[in-house]
Amino acid sequence: MKMSILDRILLLIATLLAAYQIAVGIDGLSTVPTIAYSIAFGVILVAGLLLIIFGLEVLDSPIVAIVSSLIPLSLATGLVWHHLPFFKVQYLVFAILWLLIIVITRVLHAPNKLSLFVLIVVHGIAGLTIFLLPVILVLTGRALPRYLFVSAGGALIGLNGVLLALLNAGKPLLSHESIFRVLPGLLLLMTATLVAGFALST
Amino acid sequence: MQFTTTLIESSEQMKKVLTKIQLYWPLIKSLQTGLLVATGMAGYMTVRCPVFNLPTMVGLFISLVTSISGSTILNMWWDRDIDAKMRRTQQRPLPSNKISPREALVVGLVLSFVGMGLATTIDALFGLIIFAGLFFDVVIYTIWLKRRTCWSIVLGGISGAIPILAGRALGLGSIDWIGIVLALGILLWIPTHILTFSMRYFADYKAACVPTFASVYGFTFTRATIAISSVLASLAMVGAAWGIGMTWGFLRLLGVLSIGLLLLAFTMIFRPSEKVNFGLFKYASLYMLSSMMLMVL
Repeated sequence: MKMSILDRILLLIATLLAAYQIAVGIDGLSTVPTIAYSIAFGVILVAGLLLIIFGLEVLDSPIVAIVSSLIPLSLATGLVWHHLPFFKVQYLVFAILWLLIIVITRVLHAPNKLSLFVLIVVHGIAGLTIFLLPVILVLTGRALPRYLFVSAGGALIGLNGVLLALLNAGKPLLSHESIFRVLPGLLLLMTATLVAGFALST
Repeated sequence: MQFTTTLIESSEQMKKVLTKIQLYWPLIKSLQTGLLVATGMAGYMTVRCPVFNLPTMVGLFISLVTSISGSTILNMWWDRDIDAKMRRTQQRPLPSNKISPREALVVGLVLSFVGMGLATTIDALFGLIIFAGLFFDVVIYTIWLKRRTCWSIVLGGISGAIPILAGRALGLGSIDWIGIVLALGILLWIPTHILTFSMRYFADYKAACVPTFASVYGFTFTRATIAISSVLASLAMVGAAWGIGMTWGFLRLLGVLSIGLLLLAFTMIFRPSEKVNFGLFKYASLYMLSSMMLMVL
């Protein structure tokens, strides 16, 4: 499927927003969350550029399942490290462990059901963390209401992740063409809400 | 009546000038010249603020445009017999006889001397570096090595790395290690560009009997060379960025872009294909442009 000029523009804006977030960072963070956020936005940036260069067909690559899991895992790790210091090490171990499990199931061509289960667990837990943590922080008065943009970004990451993971596992929710059509816009919306969430709440 | 005749005559003169410019435009390889000029300006801006040094910036711009255009025209003049044999270059103004070789030679020499003269007037060291670039491009690369060895791109690449070194030396007043590392970054990026084209137009180069890495060592070795030189180019750019004192945020961004380049380079080595090759070439060009922008910001 050929990529339209509009798709390229949407992807370019998404990559520029991701580049901006990496460059400005977030004030007062220690090394681990800074690295975690940089990985999340770095994956968006590099993936956006590769999509512009190679076209949407690159999404058929088996590596997409690993790469698309990196965004929620690293973002959730950054959030937990930042706001839930009691669980920071446990969550980091969880993130690394499940990422390794995804890599192993992909490299060893594990049965489809197992690969799918692993992806659902990872996207489910990481997605819920990104979605719920900002909501709880806002409800308990520990963050400004504008931090809810991060929750919105988390929901969109979940949607993106599920669409790509199921497509990659051969059980797509939408048709191949439909996913390719909505993906650039979804990627931009996701990046924009996350950047807005971090920028407006600091 | 006389006024109308003069008007018609001057309009025809104008048309002739425009036609000439249109003919010379492909002869100076506008995109390549533009990129090289941009690296020279970026080299200067890593040392000095362009707003407070506008006259020098204008001088730098004009001297780079004229000297690079001049050397490119001289290169085209010398290689017109090769260009005539290659499908990709057959329609260039010299092999298609749209411009006479003598005229191209004169224009190339005049532009080169104007560029060098202006550069020397601005600063003697800057002029010397520009002269070295011209010498490497026209004499060492084009006349001496291009038809003899595929390794000509290494020495020829030095001329491509000269503008950024010259720009920084003009701003600094001397040559420092950062300028050399920046030049090294460009030198290592050049194989990504040239070798990709040598594989894409393999038959053309073979027909013209120009030795390339692909024809001498094969495609696998050439692809590995592209991948390794891209990685080394990114390391050089990160090293130079650190030396310049780039902020942590920009360094982080450059690091992320470098990781993307590394991933593509590994893909190129372990899963080589023309698509990945051309993708790496595009990404590496984008990487260079981005790193230049980050350095001048």
